[in-house]
Amino acid sequence: MTDPSSTAIQADSGGADALAHAGGSGGDKAQKPRSLWGDAWRELRRKPTFIISAVLIVVVVLIALFPGLFSARDAAFSDLNHVNEAPSGDAWFGYDNQGADVYARTIYGTRTSLLVGLFAALLTVVIGSLFGIIAGFYGRMVDSVISRFADIFAAIPFVLGAIVILTTFNPPGSDPGAFRVISQVVASIAALSWPVAMRIMRASTLQAKQLDYVKAARGLGASTGRIIFRHLLPNTLSSVLVYGTIALGAFIGAEATLSYLGIGVRSPVVSWGSLINDAKDYFQAAPHILLFPAGFVTVTVLAFVMLGDAVRSALDPKSR
Amino acid sequence: MVRYVLRRLLQLIPVFLGATFLIYALVWALPGDPFAGKCGQTACPQSFVDVMTAKFNLNDNIFVQYFKYLGNLFTGDFGETFSGNNIGQMIGDSYPITVRLALIAVAIEAIIGVTAGIITGLRGNPFLDNLVLVVTLVLIALPVFVTGIVLQLVLGGDGLGLINASVSADPTIGELIIPGFVLGSLSMAYIARLTKTNIAENRRSDFVRTAIAKGQPRRRVVGIHLLRNSVLPVLTFLGTDIGALMGGAIVTEGVFNINGIGGLIFRGVSEKDGATVTGIVVLLVIVYLMVSLIVDLLYAVLDPRIRYD
Repeated sequence: MTDPSSTAIQADSGGADALAHAGGSGGDKAQKPRSLWGDAWRELRRKPTFIISAVLIVVVVLIALFPGLFSARDAAFSDLNHVNEAPSGDAWFGYDNQGADVYARTIYGTRTSLLVGLFAALLTVVIGSLFGIIAGFYGRMVDSVISRFADIFAAIPFVLGAIVILTTFNPPGSDPGAFRVISQVVASIAALSWPVAMRIMRASTLQAKQLDYVKAARGLGASTGRIIFRHLLPNTLSSVLVYGTIALGAFIGAEATLSYLGIGVRSPVVSWGSLINDAKDYFQAAPHILLFPAGFVTVTVLAFVMLGDAVRSALDPKSR
Repeated sequence: MVRYVLRRLLQLIPVFLGATFLIYALVWALPGDPFAGKCGQTACPQSFVDVMTAKFNLNDNIFVQYFKYLGNLFTGDFGETFSGNNIGQMIGDSYPITVRLALIAVAIEAIIGVTAGIITGLRGNPFLDNLVLVVTLVLIALPVFVTGIVLQLVLGGDGLGLINASVSADPTIGELIIPGFVLGSLSMAYIARLTKTNIAENRRSDFVRTAIAKGQPRRRVVGIHLLRNSVLPVLTFLGTDIGALMGGAIVTEGVFNINGIGGLIFRGVSEKDGATVTGIVVLLVIVYLMVSLIVDLLYAVLDPRIRYD
């Protein structure tokens, strides 16, 4: 799996950022023409996929914030009398091979998985946007150097690169701390994915740079910093944010995949990935231990991909 | 055209050097004793350490090491593992299987994805449209290993009994169809969407309107005029995907116990055998870069509107 969301986004990005005007989010004042985001919001409110994904995301975020509200049992609960028991009224998702309640562990694992996805997406978008806007704005040599530098990271297959990075920093058999392994997973995902964000940002900067009001601002003597932050950034941000939303979902899936391979987040840290890692050797005998956390991963990824999709088509004037 | 090819090839060089050096440095230059655990419970004898240090040029600095490695690589020598196995031969044994798997995956995703894209792009049936939309969303959201495991549970020995949990050492095409489907499932969703967007866009284009106005039968308008123009971006996607899928095959190979490059990588990683890992990654980087270049060039051949100069 190379970064799953990258190609699709590159395939049809460029629509949203072609718009000249992207104001603030206010747009409901009657006398003012609605801004891009205001228009998008009006369109989104009527979209079933947006509503479904928003509800799902709110629920998942609530679970991450207050896991105690959703599960009576603690993640550490275990009862060896129930080892590998199938789902029942007592434990909705059954018990794992240590007698722990799979439901409770899945609920308590939400926070870590969501944080990994969130930070990886943030880091990817920040690094990518920074390089992308510099490359697009300065062009020429700077652009070539940054683009080739990004190509280097893009040429390394995602899973392969992650295996090499994570195993060199945590040789098999070592026991890195929770914080260390989580930040390493976040960093390696971002290190291998930022070129996508960079290319999106570079493309929209190249487009926005040609617009009249940017030329006007430059003619008026605005400084480079002011042009980038006041004029370019607000107009180029939408496409990279759409990518970020979809990437957030994709990275939650990537975290699970890395853990499935045994190199991601692992016990004693509770995350969906580490649950999958614990369960993978027993899935023929007791598939429920693996399938329930995997189902949570899938539904969450689905929600973020759907949200990103809906926002993208709402921002795209061509789709109206 | 020739100038464009030359320029692209020149651009590939720094990318190739950068990517392979990055991997080489990650595997070889990190602190830690490269001989830890190599000789079982005891420390390695000095003679072994001396021989291995000379063999892997461990006394040189990392740049010299890297270029010596690269020099060997260009003569077709992938080097040897710590235990003396020829890496080139190990790769030669397992790589064709991964290639076979990736090609099957590409074929499956192309057939199903393009068909689904054409059907929805022509907007026949709102029910079918929504069905394809939901299916592509679910395929994008499903991590590949989950698809693999679920299919293995459902179709395998305890379920319908259609496939074996593990494929044989030298798998036939029939055995690789399900793994290929799993591997290609994500890209299949993207291809369906890409085809759909392109067809929907081109349907309103001038050349389609002209073709209809000329009185061409619908089959010809769709099959020749519309499809040819809409499938181009899909072809480029498929091309780059061949390179990407080989790297992504590791997970699928793990689920179905396929004897491909994934297993080799994992053995290399768990035995801390840097030479194997570097060799495979370098090979995959080369394949990825070359395939992207070929796809770019092919685009100009297929679409006469595009001229590189």
